[in-house]
Amino acid sequence: MYGRKVKLRFFFVIAILVTLILSSFLILRSLEENVIYFQSPSDIKNFAELEKKKIRIGGMVKKNSISADANEISFIITDFKNEINVSYSGVVPNLFEEGKGVVAEGILKDKNYFLASKILAKHDENYMPPEVKAALEEK
Amino acid sequence: MIKYFEVNKIFSITSKAPKYVLILFIVVLTIGLIESLIFSPEDYKQSHSVRIMYVHVPAAWITLGIFSSITFLSTIGYIFKIKNFFLISKSLAPSGLIFNIIALVTGAIWGKPTWGTWWAWDARITSMLILALFYVMYLLAWRIYQNDDKVYKVTSLITIIGIINVPIIKYSVDWWNTLHQPASINILSKSTIHSSMLFPLMIMTAAFALFSLLIFLMKYNTELIKIKNKGLDRL
Repeated sequence: MYGRKVKLRFFFVIAILVTLILSSFLILRSLEENVIYFQSPSDIKNFAELEKKKIRIGGMVKKNSISADANEISFIITDFKNEINVSYSGVVPNLFEEGKGVVAEGILKDKNYFLASKILAKHDENYMPPEVKAALEEK
Repeated sequence: MIKYFEVNKIFSITSKAPKYVLILFIVVLTIGLIESLIFSPEDYKQSHSVRIMYVHVPAAWITLGIFSSITFLSTIGYIFKIKNFFLISKSLAPSGLIFNIIALVTGAIWGKPTWGTWWAWDARITSMLILALFYVMYLLAWRIYQNDDKVYKVTSLITIIGIINVPIIKYSVDWWNTLHQPASINILSKSTIHSSMLFPLMIMTAAFALFSLLIFLMKYNTELIKIKNKGLDRL
């Protein structure tokens, strides 16, 4: 039905696509550690040794764990399996709140204590008006 | 025959269309802006900064849609040697790049008050930047290569390589830990955006799609005029 050239070009495109998909799969697999933006407290627990360089830890801010004084704020990041104490001095983003997502960048002092130099808030995919939120909470 | 469009026939339609598309775009954009800036509620968590979503999300959708369309058309055009498909792709690309940049810039503006940073080397954001670079390469290729046969091959190859990035953008938030939140709107499951916010989002998406169509028609007409000036009446 189609000419030989058309068939050749079709298989050429398919070959390029398959090669690209396989190679990008392999590259992303091997680079996984660099592709992820942060690690969870459970990942930190599994470290064989402490990392000296800057890392990011992400999870939820544990309920009732925030305590702040004049120049320092400390709280606990949890992934509901493991948790880690974080202390930070500086301004926190608006969406930083107990029970919400957070990413802390800094240095791990030991497996339970993290000294953050930057705090980012991670928000979830839920969007709703305040009244709806209030109605949901009543339930 | 799909392969040989009559230039004059297409031009008689596409040269009149921009007027109507422009009027429709202005109407839909006005409704969209009023809905998203005035009538839509504020978010329980982000309050008014959620309104950036009504520009950010449609822009990201449109740019991904346009890149996918360009790849599809270029690939089919390459396999079956359909010149018209390349001209359509070429005319679509500029608005794709514009919306890609809009998505990145509004993302930065949104990220500062909510996350606390303008930029993060997170998988979603970085892959979106890579898409912008593919758009730039694609558009540059059209400028660099004058020879028709060569430019078709080069641009098809750029889109085929670039299309690998599109599923990575889509699923980056599910595959890896990212600062960017996961998708709120899913085809298979219930969306996590309240319906009062979903409505303006859809209207704004329609407005941006109309804008892309408008820019496309203007670019495409230019291409058709160029062909007519060469004295050809068939593509």
